[in-house]
Amino acid sequence: MLHTVNKSPFERTSLDTCLRLAKKGSAILLIEDGVIAAVKGTAESAKIEGAVGNHPIYVLGPDLKARALPEDQVIDGVKVVDYAGFVDLAEEHGAHNAWL
Amino acid sequence: MAEYEFDTEGVKKTFTFMNRKAPYGTVYALEVLETVLISAAFEQHANIVFVDDGVYQLKAGHDTADIGMKNFSPTFGIIEMEKEDADEDEDIDMVWRILVEKESMEARGLSEDDFKVDIEVVTAAELADIVDASDCVIGG
Amino acid sequence: MKFGILINEGPFTHQASDTAYHFTKAALEKGHEVPRVFFYYDGVNNANKFSAPQADDRNLVKLWGDLAAEKDVDLVVCVAAGLRRGIDEASLADGFRISGLGQLVEAGMGCDRLMMFGD
Repeated sequence: MLHTVNKSPFERTSLDTCLRLAKKGSAILLIEDGVIAAVKGTAESAKIEGAVGNHPIYVLGPDLKARALPEDQVIDGVKVVDYAGFVDLAEEHGAHNAWL
Repeated sequence: MAEYEFDTEGVKKTFTFMNRKAPYGTVYALEVLETVLISAAFEQHANIVFVDDGVYQLKAGHDTADIGMKNFSPTFGIIEMEKEDADEDEDIDMVWRILVEKESMEARGLSEDDFKVDIEVVTAAELADIVDASDCVIGG
Repeated sequence: MKFGILINEGPFTHQASDTAYHFTKAALEKGHEVPRVFFYYDGVNNANKFSAPQADDRNLVKLWGDLAAEKDVDLVVCVAAGLRRGIDEASLADGFRISGLGQLVEAGMGCDRLMMFGD
C-alpha cells in the first residue's frame, strides 16, 4: 500500500494517524503541505526520523521547492521524487491510501 | 467525452471507506456514507472504518435541530440493514464490516455503548492489516 | 496500468486538483491509462465553466478539459454533489459529463489503482 499525507504535522494529526495505521513496510509519500514533516531540525522532525526504519519514506520534490524547503534539509533516509516518481510508487506499492 | 466502458463483470474488490472527520463541521461524513450505499449495488466487499474524530459520527443521540442541518445519523440504520441482508442472504456475496479503531475511541473517552450501531472494535495494528489488504480506499 | 482518479476538492482553495492533474499527466506520459477522473464533494467545482481565474494563474477547469480532449480521459462529475453546488448541464465546462456515484465505484472496480486527492 502507498500512503500519502498532505497535511503539515504542525496543523493536523494526519501524519500521526498514518504512522499509527500504516502497516510496517508499506510506503509513505509526503505531498503538498505534508512535505513540512520531511524537514530536519523542526519540532516535528522526530516523527519521520522515527519512521524511516519501519517504512520506505518519500517526499514530493516540486512541493518542497514551491515552499522554499531545500532538498539538503530533508531528513536522512527520505527520498525525493517527482510526479513521475509518484506514479512509479503507486504502481509498485499497490492500493493508495490518502490520509487527508 | 464519451463514457469509458469498464469491464466489471465478475469483479469483486474490497473497498475501505475511511471516516476520520467529526459530523456536521464538514460535509465529508455524509458524502462518504452515500458512496458506501452505492457500492452495495455493485455487491462489493466493504470495510466501513471510523478513526480519529470519525468515531463521533457513530455516537447515539445526534440532535441537529438547533443548527438547522439535516441529521444524517439515520443513514447508519440503512447501512446496518444492508450489512444484515448481506450477512443473512446466502445469495449475496458481499462482506461488510463496520470497524472502529480502539485507540481513537478510547482517546475520546468513548466506549462501544456510546454508538448507535453494532460495530467491531479493533486495535490499530489489526486495522492496519485490514486496510492494507483492501483494494481501494475512499474517504473524505 | 489503469489509474482511476478521485478529486474531492475544488480548483482554488486546496492543492488537491493540481496534484491530481500533475499525477494524471505524469501517468499518461509514462504510458499508463487514466480512463476516468471522478469529481466529488467540492471537486465538482473543477467543472464550472463560469470559473474565471486571473490571466496569470492556471485554469484547472480548462486544463482538465484540454487533457480530456487530448488523451480521451472520461471526466465525470457526481450528479448529486454537483446539483448541491450549482453544477448542472447549464454550468458544465467542455470535456466533462454528469453522472452518478456508481461511476466512482465502477472506476475502483475497473482500474488497477484508485488514487484519491482531497483535503
